[in-house]
Amino acid sequence: MTAHAHAEEHFAGTNKLFISIWGWLVALTLVEIFLAYKPMPIHLMLLVLLGLSIIKAALIVAYFMHLKFERLSLILTIVPMLVVCIMLLFVFFPDSFRSAGLRYKFKEAPPVAPAPVEEP
Amino acid sequence: MSTEAQVGHFPAVDWEGGALPYRVGHRKLGMWLFIVSDSLTFSALLIGYSYLRASNVWPTPFPFYPSIVFSSVMTFCLLSSSLTMVFGVSASSKGDKAKARKWIFATIFFGAAFIVLHLIEWNHLIHEGMRPFYLPEHWVQAFTTTDGVPPSPLFGATFFTITGLHMFHVATGAVYLTIVALRVNKLKHEDIEISGLYWHFVDLVWMFVFPLIYIMSVDVGHHSGL
Repeated sequence: MTAHAHAEEHFAGTNKLFISIWGWLVALTLVEIFLAYKPMPIHLMLLVLLGLSIIKAALIVAYFMHLKFERLSLILTIVPMLVVCIMLLFVFFPDSFRSAGLRYKFKEAPPVAPAPVEEP
Repeated sequence: MSTEAQVGHFPAVDWEGGALPYRVGHRKLGMWLFIVSDSLTFSALLIGYSYLRASNVWPTPFPFYPSIVFSSVMTFCLLSSSLTMVFGVSASSKGDKAKARKWIFATIFFGAAFIVLHLIEWNHLIHEGMRPFYLPEHWVQAFTTTDGVPPSPLFGATFFTITGLHMFHVATGAVYLTIVALRVNKLKHEDIEISGLYWHFVDLVWMFVFPLIYIMSVDVGHHSGL
């Protein structure tokens, strides 16, 4: 084993850093639970929750999964591909609003035949 | 070491990446690619769930206790298991295999706690009457809109599929980590790091499942049917 091999095994980040990341993750989770009981429009709630989730996911990937300390080429290979593929999965999503609209067309009582016009 | 020594006289050396363009071993790259593909599986499931939710009247039946209390404690368990896993990998990088093994066992403990709590939580819901394709009668009554449109029975299907697949990943991870912990002296540091990558990924998925499945389904009292 040479010094070079040793450098490869180096795992960046101190325990103090990892504990602070864990603290942030727990704190953001508590914010999410708090938000659950805050009355707000469902779209705003979804936006805030997804934002917090993406921050938490980024913290896990960057520090716990160590991606921040990897070579840039690895990050550029993995992250944009994943983001683009997930975006593509949303292609069908607008259809859900259409099918939600379909149901309400029939919520009123079905139309009845007009009463026959009486002969004078 | 061996890999880079062998590729020294590899013909394509003018490319500065050499045979290790990402400076990670092929196993670690393989695990990253697996994680990318598994992320897409979970993304597809969560987007499918969101699709059904947007196109149907969706119940929001989860009470603070047991559902939210249990899922919050489960989240705490998974986050803590990730921390202990990082400590394990960190100890392993310093060559302290015995310490690494202890931390990995702590990780397995938190993972097992997650599974046990989750099964208790499933049991509560099954007792309530929730099934993959049926809702409990009192939920149907509570969440039917004023127009008389009943809530979608697919609530149970999406819940059990997504949380079930996640639980399967946790269980697989616990088995994987047990094998790693038992063979820790024979394994290279990178192999331990790879098992850590998988475990953190399971934690990462839960960071999306928890808000989307649990927090978005909290029963806040006003039953609008949304």
